Amino acid sequence: MLNWISAHQQMIYIVILMIFLGIEVIGRVPSVLHTPLMSGANAIHGVVIIGAIIVMGKAEDGNYLALILGFLAVVLGTINVVGGFVVTDRMLEMFKKKK
Amino acid sequence: MSLLATIYIISSVTFILGLKMLSNPASARRGNQIAAIGMTIAILGTIFLYEDNGQKLHNYVWIFAGIIIGGIVGTLAAKKVKMTAMPEMVSLFNGMGGACAALISIVEFNHMQNAAEILKGDQSNGYFIPNFSFGFIYIICLGLVIGSISFAGSIIAWGKLNGKIKDFSFKGQHIVNIILLIIILGLAAYLPIHFLESINNISFHFYIILFLAILYGIFFVLPIGGADMPVVISLLNSFTGVAAACGGFLYDNKAMLTGGILVGAAGTLLTILMCKAMNRSLKNVLIGSFGASATSSGVKKEQGAYKEISLSDAAVVMSYAHKVMIVPGYGLAVAQAQHACHELEKLLTEKGVEVKYAIHPVAGRMPGHMNVLLAEADVSYDNLLEMEQANEQFPTTDVVLVLGANDVVNPAAKTDPSSPIYGMPILDVELAKACIVNKRSMKPGYAGIENDLFFQPKTSMLFGDAKKVLQDLIGEIKNL
Repeated sequence: MLNWISAHQQMIYIVILMIFLGIEVIGRVPSVLHTPLMSGANAIHGVVIIGAIIVMGKAEDGNYLALILGFLAVVLGTINVVGGFVVTDRMLEMFKKKK
Repeated sequence: MSLLATIYIISSVTFILGLKMLSNPASARRGNQIAAIGMTIAILGTIFLYEDNGQKLHNYVWIFAGIIIGGIVGTLAAKKVKMTAMPEMVSLFNGMGGACAALISIVEFNHMQNAAEILKGDQSNGYFIPNFSFGFIYIICLGLVIGSISFAGSIIAWGKLNGKIKDFSFKGQHIVNIILLIIILGLAAYLPIHFLESINNISFHFYIILFLAILYGIFFVLPIGGADMPVVISLLNSFTGVAAACGGFLYDNKAMLTGGILVGAAGTLLTILMCKAMNRSLKNVLIGSFGASATSSGVKKEQGAYKEISLSDAAVVMSYAHKVMIVPGYGLAVAQAQHACHELEKLLTEKGVEVKYAIHPVAGRMPGHMNVLLAEADVSYDNLLEMEQANEQFPTTDVVLVLGANDVVNPAAKTDPSSPIYGMPILDVELAKACIVNKRSMKPGYAGIENDLFFQPKTSMLFGDAKKVLQDLIGEIKNL
């Protein structure tokens, strides 16, 4: 356990700092923006697509489990990213038009 | 590799910047675009520059096919979805992200298993697995559990929002849920410990966790009321963020870690802020004790009598008023009545009536819901009044038309300290000369409490589905 922590201390620092930053960054959001912000954050966690790409790209030719699941992961991850950003943009477009 | 590291740093910064800008109305749209650019370079960088032990990625055909399919599906879904269906779309996308994280865990677990089998066959290595691998197995399990819960929960939330899935709960469900969660965590904690001894049937153990996590996700969301879904989606959203961060640990990938944890933290705070805007606590939303506690406090009061108004009377009252204020609420959203509402507004304006909308910040139970909805129906932004402005204008208003709103106009929030919504800012519609309330029935609103407003002498009720009532009202006014 201790070995694991010291081997990954960089990551752990990032985790801690990001927790505080995440809270700080959206601390004063007006309630009208709650929904677009949720949607935008939803698109950002689509960064999980990177993991899917790595899984896919490392899958050996004969490993069908990895190939199929990896492919599925890439598709789903992309839907998350692309759909998330487009939907957020559409929502915010509405807000802009009115002003 | 160093170029890729730089790319990841840049995209991490764009995520932070994007989120920051998203929380300000003026910069929100650009913030979203900046984050999207960061995401694009991170994806392209990963595809072309990622190396593992000096080996580049392969299976490019598969990767690009996946991205193209996902990209087309995602864009079409996002472009075609109706404005009123936004929250369920977000939920669906979120579920995809959760599923993606869970799938990564499954494949990586399989890798780990294969690697361990090779190690085991090699007697010189004995049963030795380096220390960090245990950490990795835990991370894989964590990614699996959170990803699956998020996936299953989001799909249920999606189904509930578009009416495909009904509320469902049984007695003691919360206890079952807690026990289920404990079992999942116990199994996940135990898995790495006997990973090597029982390498042959470890998959079974792993898939049991997957199954239970999905089950938990379903049970977790099922009993929560449809109106609370945005809060739940926001919570699941932050779950998926954490699941993505697990991937960051697995691949030692700082961009995934940054993005994931950032969303996890921001999403959690956003969930709490949303609850606050509705004057509720997260515990209340999740356990749903709101209605239960309310029955004991407020409802015993004498109900009194309410009076109904006929469509033609309502039409007359409104057409001869000087100023009409429309208060939209959840009922309007459910009935998809925003276009009919705009039509009524135009008709009345032609007759020389001044028509405004009073928008409560949490009307519709999704912050900003009414703004987006009315914007879709081309209602001019100048006619939308925020709560403070609207409250100033109620005393000079002749008729208030409440469309499917209830708790946001309940005077108990100001007068009755024992009321569960006491302290929530409301629209002071009772200050207007007359008030017409459109509801489907006398059933209490979302908070489960009676509304004194309905029994006041100035108030008259107009029952029916908001869209139908509005259309009939328009017909009546035209016939005057």
